[in-house]
Amino acid sequence: MIRVSKWVLGLTAAVGLTLSSAGSASADGELHLYNWSNYFPPELLEKFEKETGIKPTMDNYASEEDLLAKLQAGGGGYDVIFPGPTTLGTMIQKGLVADIQVNKMENFKNVLGPFQTLSVDPDRSYSAPYMWGTTGFTYDPAMVPGGKLEESWGELFKPKDELKGNIAMLNEMSDVWNAAAYYTGVSKCTEDPKEAQKILDVLMAQKPFVKVYSNDGTIDRMSAGEVAVHMQWNGAAHRVKANKPDVVYVYPKEGTTLWTDTLAVPANAPNMENAKTFINWMLLPENAAAASNYTGYSNAIIGSGKFLSEALSSDPAVNMPEEYADRLSGFEICSDASKSLRERVWTKLKS
Amino acid sequence: MSLVSATIGALTPGRKKAGDANHWPGLAFMACVFFAYVYLPIAVLIALSFNENELVTIWTGFSLDWYIIALQNEDMIRAAGNSLLIACVASFCATALSTLAAVQMSRDRFKGQSAMNALVALPLTVPEIVTAVASLLFFATLGVTQGLITVMIAHTVFCIPFAYLPIRARLEGLDPRLFEAANDLYATPVQTFRRVTLPLMMPGILSGAVLAFIISLDDFVTTFFVGGAGSTTLPIYIFGLIRVGVSPEVNAISSIMLLVSVAMVSISLLLGRGHERG
Amino acid sequence: MTIIDSTAAPVAGYDSRKRNLRRQRLLLIGPAVGAITIFMVAPLLLMAWISIQTRDFSGSVVWNSYSAEAYLRFIFERNLDDSLSLNFDYLLIIWRSLWLAAITTGLSLLVGFPTAMFMATRPKKWRPALVFLVTVPFWTNLLVRNYAWILLLRDHGTINSALMGIGIINEPLPLLHNSFAVSVGLTYSFLPFMVLPIYSSLEKLDMRMVEASFDLYATRLQTLRRIIFPAAMPGVVAGAILVFVPCLGSYVTPELLGGGKTMMIGNLIGLQFGAARNWPFGAALGFGLLAMVLLAMTFYALKSGKSKQGISL
Repeated sequence: MIRVSKWVLGLTAAVGLTLSSAGSASADGELHLYNWSNYFPPELLEKFEKETGIKPTMDNYASEEDLLAKLQAGGGGYDVIFPGPTTLGTMIQKGLVADIQVNKMENFKNVLGPFQTLSVDPDRSYSAPYMWGTTGFTYDPAMVPGGKLEESWGELFKPKDELKGNIAMLNEMSDVWNAAAYYTGVSKCTEDPKEAQKILDVLMAQKPFVKVYSNDGTIDRMSAGEVAVHMQWNGAAHRVKANKPDVVYVYPKEGTTLWTDTLAVPANAPNMENAKTFINWMLLPENAAAASNYTGYSNAIIGSGKFLSEALSSDPAVNMPEEYADRLSGFEICSDASKSLRERVWTKLKS
Repeated sequence: MSLVSATIGALTPGRKKAGDANHWPGLAFMACVFFAYVYLPIAVLIALSFNENELVTIWTGFSLDWYIIALQNEDMIRAAGNSLLIACVASFCATALSTLAAVQMSRDRFKGQSAMNALVALPLTVPEIVTAVASLLFFATLGVTQGLITVMIAHTVFCIPFAYLPIRARLEGLDPRLFEAANDLYATPVQTFRRVTLPLMMPGILSGAVLAFIISLDDFVTTFFVGGAGSTTLPIYIFGLIRVGVSPEVNAISSIMLLVSVAMVSISLLLGRGHERG
Repeated sequence: MTIIDSTAAPVAGYDSRKRNLRRQRLLLIGPAVGAITIFMVAPLLLMAWISIQTRDFSGSVVWNSYSAEAYLRFIFERNLDDSLSLNFDYLLIIWRSLWLAAITTGLSLLVGFPTAMFMATRPKKWRPALVFLVTVPFWTNLLVRNYAWILLLRDHGTINSALMGIGIINEPLPLLHNSFAVSVGLTYSFLPFMVLPIYSSLEKLDMRMVEASFDLYATRLQTLRRIIFPAAMPGVVAGAILVFVPCLGSYVTPELLGGGKTMMIGNLIGLQFGAARNWPFGAALGFGLLAMVLLAMTFYALKSGKSKQGISL
């Protein structure tokens, strides 16, 4: 057994040396972005190419777990990725992202004070802020009994009979775990298997009534009336309103996750310099505002306000009314033990 | 035969023959069911690609707009370019490797030869998903970045049996006396290969190469797991679109792909027939 | 084999001839065999090795941590408090894969056999065209073929719209994202693999045998049972294996038509290398699938050996 494994490793190492020299060779002037679908305006990519001469291409992932999987399997040759703090924390811990010294970049001064630091990346060395928003749920008043739902996660986790099979959930571990934790009153960072079991029980009880778990196409799904209620990010909810002005975005009273996404660079990115150029460029007010106008989320750049469209600031899904402020729940760094529990609850739910 | 049947017929009066060899009740009906099953989805897909409405299912009028939008889609064009590039490289490499191996295998007999034949056919036996994830592990463990190169390698490997089998079959069908004749006429081994073996193998090589090309072009699973930045092929691109939702643009792209495959298969069949005659 | 002589110079001695031959084998067969050994056999061995490792919380493989954990997961699950309990979820997915592959094989046979027979009983000049018609869809992209079924089966798809249009149903039937959709899609994907082998078996059958059978007052049923089925048997067995094996390992069809809920073993494997990030378990599942396929092939080898004998009798 050992001899075989040695032989296999020896052989693979030899091939690896030859291949990696060939594989890492990449043409100058390229930039490969790896992002959620529908999370970056195509026109902004064209603008970047026009201004810098660097040719960007964009591929999409379906969840942060997929992104992490790709990075663990060798990075896939991507230069810029868009992870949230949990995933970014794991990536920093595992050495999967490059220390690109964002804090020393020319445009870093444009970053809003609170965003100049991040729990998992305190001095913003690895990451720059991209968008931030909240995770709540959206419903179509025309499709729910009585035309109104309570502002509670209970409407999703214990749906009324009429809504069974007519709800959709996000397919994102952190968001779903957090929502179930708020609902059951358990800490997001619990290390207690019994508490994790409570979360799992709520999710498993809900599972038969969920039409689909998906992060892609949430806007289309709500617009086309395929479901009545959709766990959703606020920017997506904002974009649903363009097609269906009556939909309501709910900030659930048990707790609403406040999240931030970042721009980061994989450790073995083939076009490291271009990636830095891109991140610095994204810290300009005009460009950050363009991204906000497209995605419907807020950015963290000083002076971007004057480029924002009117529709954004007038929508309570984007510009949160003051009374909901105490419902927001920020990101917390959880221990490995807690992350492991979360991961196992998710695996059990999805199998 | 007719004598026998006439005799038996005479012996057993009142019995009628039960049927005619070429006519069975229900066969034509089942064949119709079959062809409807096979062609209906394709027909619907093509029809809907000409629908002017964005809602895909409700027909509102004829329009070529979605084709224009699809053909102007830069990402789609780039993906199509990648598909063609990968298919060209993979089918060329696989055909070259297979040709060399087939020549030696068909004229040689040695211990372990059947094991080698089995090895060459291995990509046909192992389920593609298993090969794909094994390759992913292999490249990841080596620290090779996934991308065009890894996809080309993986495609070459699974194309080998598709190129090898037709070439080998062609060689097996050749008359060995042709080579003896060349030898008798004092041709050197190299001359024999270039002037006799190679031209005779050509139809096999061509059909092997075309088969490998189509198989590579069609592939999704291997590319999905082994690919990375810059290796987005048309199937990968379409998969991304389908994941987000059904759209008339996807209908148009799919219809174009359908047309291209059918055209390619028809051409390769016609080519193959020409060679058979020659 | 006959040109061995021509490749060696007549004057050369036995030893140098042997050396020449060996070099020739290395140069000609070596590249193809080498490519498959390095890029296919070695990865499979590496996969075997990884299947007996463990993973940490973030999904990275912990090297040299030998454990049977991945194989235990086939029937046991670790509860959140680390205790083990029986869990048949994964076995259920494996069972569903086998069951769907069997259903698909059966459906293909049901539709494919009469079609093959229909083709074989047409005049000779029509047959190449019919074969072409059967194979055309097979050459079009697998994703495109499955996508076409999404258009037909979804809630507001062609079939539901048509049925609601003529007033047979009021609510759309749930046709997509279930086992039904997957088996329809799989059958669609692999039908030609059933039709063609049966057709080529039947084509070899001398139709005069069938006529003779009728001449001898055999009924249709008797003729089918005694003449046509035995002749078609090798094709049926080959077709069954050609449909069953790729069905078992299919990934695209259950992914697109099954939604997230109708997973087959191929998707479960894929998931371990994507969102679930559990390489050892994925590797172990891969070997489970490989074992099932090899079992099916062995069965075929035995069966086809037997049926060949049957024909020669």
